[in-house]
Amino acid sequence: MAVELKTWRELPIGGVIPGGATPELNKTGSWRSKRPIWDSDKCIHCLQCWLHCPDDSFFLKEGKITGIDYDHCKGCGVCAAICPVDAIEMVPERGGAG
Amino acid sequence: MKKVMTGHKAVAEAMRQIEPDVVAVYPITPQSEIAEYYAQYVHDGLVRTELVPVESEHSAMSACVGAAAAGARVMTATASQGLALMVEVLYIAAGLRLPIVMALANRALSAPINIHCDHSDAYLARDCGAIQIFAESAQEAYDYMLMAQRVAEHKEVRLPVIVNLDGFTLTHSSQVVETLPDEEAKGFVGEYEPLYPLLDVDHPTTWGPFAMPDYYFELKRSQEAGMEAAPGVFLRVQEEYSRLCGRNYRGFFEAYRLEDAERVIVVMGSTAGTAKVVVDELRARGEKVGLLKVWLWRPFPREEITEALAGAKAVAVMDRALSHGNLGALYLDVAAGFSGREGPVLVNYIYGLGGRDIPAEHIAQVFAGLKEARPGERRFLGLRE
Repeated sequence: MAVELKTWRELPIGGVIPGGATPELNKTGSWRSKRPIWDSDKCIHCLQCWLHCPDDSFFLKEGKITGIDYDHCKGCGVCAAICPVDAIEMVPERGGAG
Repeated sequence: MKKVMTGHKAVAEAMRQIEPDVVAVYPITPQSEIAEYYAQYVHDGLVRTELVPVESEHSAMSACVGAAAAGARVMTATASQGLALMVEVLYIAAGLRLPIVMALANRALSAPINIHCDHSDAYLARDCGAIQIFAESAQEAYDYMLMAQRVAEHKEVRLPVIVNLDGFTLTHSSQVVETLPDEEAKGFVGEYEPLYPLLDVDHPTTWGPFAMPDYYFELKRSQEAGMEAAPGVFLRVQEEYSRLCGRNYRGFFEAYRLEDAERVIVVMGSTAGTAKVVVDELRARGEKVGLLKVWLWRPFPREEITEALAGAKAVAVMDRALSHGNLGALYLDVAAGFSGREGPVLVNYIYGLGGRDIPAEHIAQVFAGLKEARPGERRFLGLRE
């Protein structure tokens, strides 16, 4: 789909984007070269991965991890490094964002 | 009220009356006393400003940007190498349209290291997107600090403003300065209304987003709209302030005995004071000489300056900085106005580098030198050849 680009007269002052959480609009999952695989059996739901993830890519429901948002996860591996029970494994990405 | 004070004190007094929310500042000669006076005001409880004693000028401007984005009214001051360190972040302040007002105690850039006045620091920041104003005296420095606040914060402008005052010549010498009563100064400056303040957590915003080739150009063009609005706002603020203070600030420059002048000097800063004395002396002898003292350097009021100089026979444009490898920046600004049209012979004088004294005899030499001038010639004034 072609994106309609704005003219300079239509842009907010200073390039400020009125509204937060704009990274949600930008799907960065295709940047990933390694994919985190979450093992629900090993997970103790300490939420360290959710806390440290720079892209807010862990799905959380009622205080428990339910999965990973592969549309936004860039594959940095911070979650795998911080996990105290090795419940996240980084595996080579074979292509494709989903 | 009239008092004897240094240029530093005059700037600090204006800052005390403006009472910004945040001042982030790092001391450097010849600016240090501004920081010291302001720290004293904070210590004595005269202002409620949050003073951020940072570890460098890069940090000073960074703290200013953060505080201004948060919604604060912000000021700082620096000189020379300090400005050089700030410049990276000053471009960002301008790009984010943050109305940070700063005093620049003009001092030469290294090398060789030197602490005295020239305008090479201001020239370094020429293209950063900040508005630049030059003061001739401590009085003008005080007055323009107050006016700068209004220009910077105007909703159509929203840009940093640098108020230049010559290091030592103005910062450290005592002059008579008339200040406004606090309530009048505060009333003139008014309340600040920030745009998209980050501390307004009910309305989150994204500041400093990445812009790819598809948007960078448009965003820089939209930044230029602030510069385009600045001259009109500058004149309106001057008019209001002139009526308030009783002094005459009306125009982008001061035209001194310019009307029928055949030979003219164009200059910025304290040297204009010396030039006025020489103009008066030569006028008394019947010589038709005049002075154009630039107040607003960026944005450059090209059309108005071109018109003001159009009737002259020869004009000396004096740059207190060497733009290595080319004619002086102010010279080129003036010369651009005469591109494709008839005008006076323009000569460029480089003068006063590193605090080299500029006595009246030197100014008289410039006027004499204009009797035989080749267009586009670059001359060095007060240099041992």
